[in-house]
Amino acid sequence: MAGSTLHDGLTPLNGPSTQTSDDAHGYYTPGEPIVDPVAPTGPIADRWTTRRFENRLVNPANRRKLTVIIVGTGLAGGAAAATLGEAGYNVKSFCYQDSPRRAHSIAAQGGINAAKNYKEDGDSTFRLFYDTVKGGDYRSRESNVYRLAEVSANIIDQCVAQGVPFARDYGGLLDNRSFGGVQVSRTFYARGQTGQQLLIGAYQAMERQVAAGTVQQFTRHEMLELVVVDGKARGIIARDLVTGEIETHLADAVVLASGGYGNVFFLSTNAMNSNVTAAWRAHRKGAYMANPCYTQIHPTCIPVSGEHQSKLTLMSESLRNDGRIWVPKNREDCDKDPRDIPEEDRDYYLERIYPSFGNLVPRDIASRQAKNVCDEGRGVGPMVGDFRRGVYLDFADAIERLGEDAVREKYDNLFDMYERITGENPYQVPMRIYPAVHYVMGGLWVDYHLQSNVPGLFVTGEANFSDHGANRLGASALMQGLADGYFVLPNTIRDFLADGPFEPIDESHPEVVAARTSVEDRVAKLLSIGGTRSADSFHRELGHIMWEYCGMERSEDGLRKAIDMIRELKAAFWSDLRVLGTGDNLNQSLEKAGRVADFIELGELMCIDALNRRESCGGHFRAESQTDEGEALRHDDEFSYVAAWEWGGDEGQPTLHKEDLIYTAIEMKQRSYK
Amino acid sequence: MNLTLKVWRQAGPESEGGIHTYQVDGVSEDMSFLEMLDILNEQLNEQGEEPVAFDHDCREGICGSCSLMIDGYAHGPEVTTTCQLHMRSFSDGQTITIEPWRAEAFPVVKDLVVDRGAFDRIIQAGGYISANTGSAPEANSVPAQRDKAMRAFNVATCIGCGACVAACPNGSASLFLGAKITHLGELPQGQPERNQRVLGMTAQHDEEGFGGCTNIGECTAACPKGIPLDVISQLNKDYRTALRAKS
Amino acid sequence: MATTTRSPAKAKAAQAKKAKSPRTTILLKLTMAVSGLIFIGYVLAHMYGNLKAFAGPESFNGYAEHLRELGEPLLPHEGFLWIARAVLLLSLVVHVASAIVLWRRAGKARPVKYVVTKNRNSSFSSHWMRWGGITILLFLIWHLLNFSFGKVNVKTGETGSAAGDPYTVMVQSFEVWWLTAIYLVAMVALALHLHHGTWSAAQTLGLTGTAKARRTAKAAGGVLAVVVAGGFALIPLSVLLGIIEK
Repeated sequence: MAGSTLHDGLTPLNGPSTQTSDDAHGYYTPGEPIVDPVAPTGPIADRWTTRRFENRLVNPANRRKLTVIIVGTGLAGGAAAATLGEAGYNVKSFCYQDSPRRAHSIAAQGGINAAKNYKEDGDSTFRLFYDTVKGGDYRSRESNVYRLAEVSANIIDQCVAQGVPFARDYGGLLDNRSFGGVQVSRTFYARGQTGQQLLIGAYQAMERQVAAGTVQQFTRHEMLELVVVDGKARGIIARDLVTGEIETHLADAVVLASGGYGNVFFLSTNAMNSNVTAAWRAHRKGAYMANPCYTQIHPTCIPVSGEHQSKLTLMSESLRNDGRIWVPKNREDCDKDPRDIPEEDRDYYLERIYPSFGNLVPRDIASRQAKNVCDEGRGVGPMVGDFRRGVYLDFADAIERLGEDAVREKYDNLFDMYERITGENPYQVPMRIYPAVHYVMGGLWVDYHLQSNVPGLFVTGEANFSDHGANRLGASALMQGLADGYFVLPNTIRDFLADGPFEPIDESHPEVVAARTSVEDRVAKLLSIGGTRSADSFHRELGHIMWEYCGMERSEDGLRKAIDMIRELKAAFWSDLRVLGTGDNLNQSLEKAGRVADFIELGELMCIDALNRRESCGGHFRAESQTDEGEALRHDDEFSYVAAWEWGGDEGQPTLHKEDLIYTAIEMKQRSYK
Repeated sequence: MNLTLKVWRQAGPESEGGIHTYQVDGVSEDMSFLEMLDILNEQLNEQGEEPVAFDHDCREGICGSCSLMIDGYAHGPEVTTTCQLHMRSFSDGQTITIEPWRAEAFPVVKDLVVDRGAFDRIIQAGGYISANTGSAPEANSVPAQRDKAMRAFNVATCIGCGACVAACPNGSASLFLGAKITHLGELPQGQPERNQRVLGMTAQHDEEGFGGCTNIGECTAACPKGIPLDVISQLNKDYRTALRAKS
Repeated sequence: MATTTRSPAKAKAAQAKKAKSPRTTILLKLTMAVSGLIFIGYVLAHMYGNLKAFAGPESFNGYAEHLRELGEPLLPHEGFLWIARAVLLLSLVVHVASAIVLWRRAGKARPVKYVVTKNRNSSFSSHWMRWGGITILLFLIWHLLNFSFGKVNVKTGETGSAAGDPYTVMVQSFEVWWLTAIYLVAMVALALHLHHGTWSAAQTLGLTGTAKARRTAKAAGGVLAVVVAGGFALIPLSVLLGIIEK
């Protein structure tokens, strides 16, 4: 978003000065503030170059003696496995899927940002950096984001070299489009399947290393515990999902690239089996969880059709480039055929409220306004509960302007998908969309080196918290995953590994045995509760609580209520769960139960974090913090920090460590898209 | 709607399997096929019978996990993935037979879940372009002809679900193989390894125990991504070229 | 350092076994395609010769004799015939042998059959290739015994030169209803085999990369099936209808 669209003379805004609020008092223990111990200094444009030089090297002969475990094979994990394998490290890659190629990065549709400025439309590394920080509502770290923007161009080079079939123009050069609330065309894409193509690229690079013997691939394996010895991450306990065997894998460093935890909401656009378990087990072993309440709600999903719904399907928000969003002006029109509603009775509410950005406002605004118009009773589509939860996304104008063929070429797979799910043809009838949980900006706390506070534990991609602040721009998740995997982690982990190989540990080491035993006990416990309810039913209930009270709009009362409800749910889970079958073979109910147990604990922490953060910021809206016009109001004086939560034990309270965010290259401003 | 399901159940790779019959009532036509199975599993869990294992993940037709043979059709009567199949494609009172993919190279793990690791190993045998991280030239330094790039993209949409194998009377993975050969072979970056790629991947395809192609076309008819049969022609052509270059 | 607990049964790692199977399925398919094309050329020539029957006994017998002299004096008497026979025999051996290997591989590729199977798109002819091939092979043996090696005049029971000239043997044979029936069944099998086989050979040879080429190959299969099987069938039908008679 170009600075010129901001109101001139807008000074850095802080909320109305109030006393420091402490809504979450009684739910947590205040802890010592923290800083990034390896934060770089100097001119922002030089920091990464300098750091790459300063970071120590590992002698090629030593690399094969160093083992790195990577959990997850999405863009961040797959790219890291390939790159570390190429460098000659001994890599062990784990995924719960039957093939690394199925990681959920594959479902990303729209594209990947890169500051190539191929369109000569004023883009630059600094502008991508600026847009990302601003889009994240000034809740991310400057240095990390600048680095992300800096390596973005390399990602495109790398992917093209691997054979990723990006869209091209007639001259055979790469094509770009504008995407998700950005006024430059910097998004590279492969029709609506960009994530798939990038992931296949990373996957193939990784398989090449499997063939070369540098990467060992463990599919259908789920990490169930982190092994920490003498304060350092030294391995994982994983369950072979086919044989049920509990395996110990030891290493010199562990990388979690296990994705986000959007499924805490039960209904989300995440894959059914996406889960927080790897990250949560690490959290319980001491790794801080940062900004867990930062959730992104994506505005363009196919609406829920009924109670049976098991997941939500996103449609790329690139659709907002050509589609116009509207609802009827009058409630009585809501059940009419949209084509019969005359132009003057339609409310193109985004174009009306935000004339400069129109339908391309950032995701959080598009989502919240959709919720608002539906709450007013002007939603469309089937009644779900007491409301119609949907707004129109209309392509009639685009089809008239560009022709149906041009629209088809851009969006055919999305239109087909929509028709398959809803049974309606979007070339003829306007699509219906509604927001859905899509991505989490929160995640394990990491420093500039992507290392958590547990030495030897690195966290990449969506699993960490670092780059998107309180909200993520469209087409930036793919960028971050690949930046971390291909270019950042390989250059930071070497500084850690340069001290290795570390003292070998034996599987009989008490810490290792304890970790393994705890996993075995937990599996046995889940199988033996012998209650009446399936893990799925608990998950669904948790999802209702989270969506209702910790979703797009949050309030103090609601969050307190949610915390109580989650605590009750947790007790019910551990006394009334029913998991049939045994632990010595493929048992999907058992897998699910373990994941739900962790989601319940995470849900509580998310609510506490949301309660603590009494400000509207980025992806989330606190009812207590809004302007007179009902827009989000940030409180930089109080909340310009990363909330890093330390596990407080099963019976204890979490401890909050604050890391202050300091901006030197960019001035903090209140966002305005009007 | 009410349905009778005949489901293949098999406790493990070495166990004997068989068809079990279940009744599922109150199915809505807006449900996806897998949501219908969720209901079955919830029901089984209540009755104290272990739920049916089946592979699924993204449920939006792109990860390629889901893999059911439904009434004799890979992914069911519509041409789509199982997760994108909706119950409106069935009628009230229908009996539906559900089986796992059947192929020597895809051994059954449990119930409806099979092991498709053979596909990974085919990719390992050459289904990539060797480009170490950091070694890439500027992306626009090598233009790619647009129509070729589009063909490459169209076939690169393969999700590796294995429906082609499941539908092929010969249990051949030629469509999967041809899609990768064509994807990488149509791009300028894919040329240096083109010959060794097709030789390596083809040999691994056979090693895994997949059958040969008889150009029947059941694969492409079942493919949820519509990978066309001409990728097999391309595969054959590249193979012939590679053999000539080798000799 | 790296330690792992894994059961020995899982030693079969995810790593690819180095595959070295010299006779890949594609190579076998190529062999089948090339030998199949040779047969297509042969049946076309054979049919052309048969149609000489419409021009009368002299023309027909003359053609048969002419084949023996073809290529002279460069080749010895019957030299061309023997070369053709050798090529055809070799083609037959590799065609059949490849088919057997591929059939067995296909069988092994799906050891457990489906309870329910349905076809979506494939033609009847494509599913009939193997059984059709066997039908044609059996017919071929009978046919060679009948007209070439054995030279049996089915009607008179005479054999060898006593059976009569080629024209006589042909006409008298087709006056036997069951022999005509066998012949016509074989032509149906041949038509089906050509219908899919022509397209399949083109595909295997990698000639069908474009939509146009695919249409052409499919059309060629259809045309060849009708022309060849129809052309062959004309003779017995004409004998039956009395258009050709002794």
